[in-house]
Amino acid sequence: MNWFTKTFSSTIGRKIIMSITGLFLISFLVVHLVGNLQLFKDDGGAAFNVYSHFMGNNPIIRTMEIVLLLGFLFHIYDAIALTRRNKASRPVGYANNHPQENSTWSSRNMGLLGTVILVFLIIHLWNFFVPARFGGLDPIVVENVEYDNLYIKVVQSFQIWWYVAIYVLAMVALAYHLIHGFQSAFQSLGLTHKKYTPFIQKFGYAFSVIICLGFAIIPLYFFFFFEL
Amino acid sequence: MAGSNPNAKPMDLTLKVWRQKDRNSAGSMVTYPVVGISPDMSFLEMLDVLNEDLLRKGEEPIAFDHDCREGICGMCSLFINGRAHGPERGTTTCQLHMRHFSHGDTITIEPWRAAAFPVHKDLIVDRSAFDRIQQAGGYISVNTGGVPDANEIPIPKSIADKAFDAATCIGCGACVAACKNASAMLFVSAKVSQMAMLPQGKTERKTRAENMVAQMDIEGFGACSNTGACAAECPVGISLENIAMLNREYLGARLTSENLA
Repeated sequence: MNWFTKTFSSTIGRKIIMSITGLFLISFLVVHLVGNLQLFKDDGGAAFNVYSHFMGNNPIIRTMEIVLLLGFLFHIYDAIALTRRNKASRPVGYANNHPQENSTWSSRNMGLLGTVILVFLIIHLWNFFVPARFGGLDPIVVENVEYDNLYIKVVQSFQIWWYVAIYVLAMVALAYHLIHGFQSAFQSLGLTHKKYTPFIQKFGYAFSVIICLGFAIIPLYFFFFFEL
Repeated sequence: MAGSNPNAKPMDLTLKVWRQKDRNSAGSMVTYPVVGISPDMSFLEMLDVLNEDLLRKGEEPIAFDHDCREGICGMCSLFINGRAHGPERGTTTCQLHMRHFSHGDTITIEPWRAAAFPVHKDLIVDRSAFDRIQQAGGYISVNTGGVPDANEIPIPKSIADKAFDAATCIGCGACVAACKNASAMLFVSAKVSQMAMLPQGKTERKTRAENMVAQMDIEGFGACSNTGACAAECPVGISLENIAMLNREYLGARLTSENLA
């Protein structure tokens, strides 16, 4: 191994990869939520369908899609590598242990929360991304141009109660994952300072709650307030 | 007993203690009753009482680590009722007093659990992994010669205080014991940042961070999940800021050192 691979396969190196990919994935959440807000526009889905067409065809977005996939893969791969090592570091556990006295539940269960998010992600991609990219959506004409009607797929999906429940539960898991992960990423990168760290911690908490609430409102809105 | 509380009533307790003959034997939790324990006793004195009983009965006494019994040497350990050094914050087991327990309590006592800290006997674990990490770079090289003047090198008070705070680490291993990953990051970070902050430590700054982290990984400690359990259980209050500093030191060293390995 050369110095580079050795650095990033050390325990600290892997945590640095986790932080960088984690913060990158967080930035993706912002873009995704802002785009999704067009679902609320009362135009029969025209704005959303035009937007999703742009996202599926713009070369810069398509390139970033590959970077995003790599971000997920590195984040997941290092999470597995770290978890395996961490489990092996304590082969015999305690008969009596009270970790709740010294740490938060989410900080101790990032792997579990991440797994819930991964399962959700597979369901989510299968339902929306796969038909949008590989075909299977109905066509719709907006201003004499034909688009895939991803909007109607969204609306129909969120009429199913258990589908909405999966989304809301996944967003709760994501919120807890981010509440620990956001500030933890800065700690892993060594970016702490008494002038900035209190703000980063407060901002990270608010960010996690607001972003996940924003995502969770979409299925709830279409389930409770939208008539097909 | 001078200074003892005349109103303190002796306590009867039930102890569940990890017994293990040696490194290669399987161990188990064994239950022992102890009677007439004074609330003024330290936790280790309570174990001394139990061991006297065991010796009188011709049984093997419980092996546990201890030395100064003043909370400064870092020799005592013990995972008591699910907490490193017991339920009180900012204290070592030797400074934990029986007044924090009540008559009739059941107390579980286990050794530190970590692959890098193999159980030597009963409650004693082998913490020589910490020694090897220290030997990998937890020092400064100083030439012998004339005695330098005191305060010859100016160091800002705030930096000196921070370095001193890091230097108060007694190397007991409670951070490893409390961490869900059995990570040694708090220990290593205290040792690295203590010297990285001071001018005397700058010469070996990069090799220190590189070599100590490499040794930490070789010893089989886990990675840091930033749960903060280590700092919460640390008897001397080593801060998580040190871990952030170690992350900075390590990344900086790896990216800029002359070491291509």
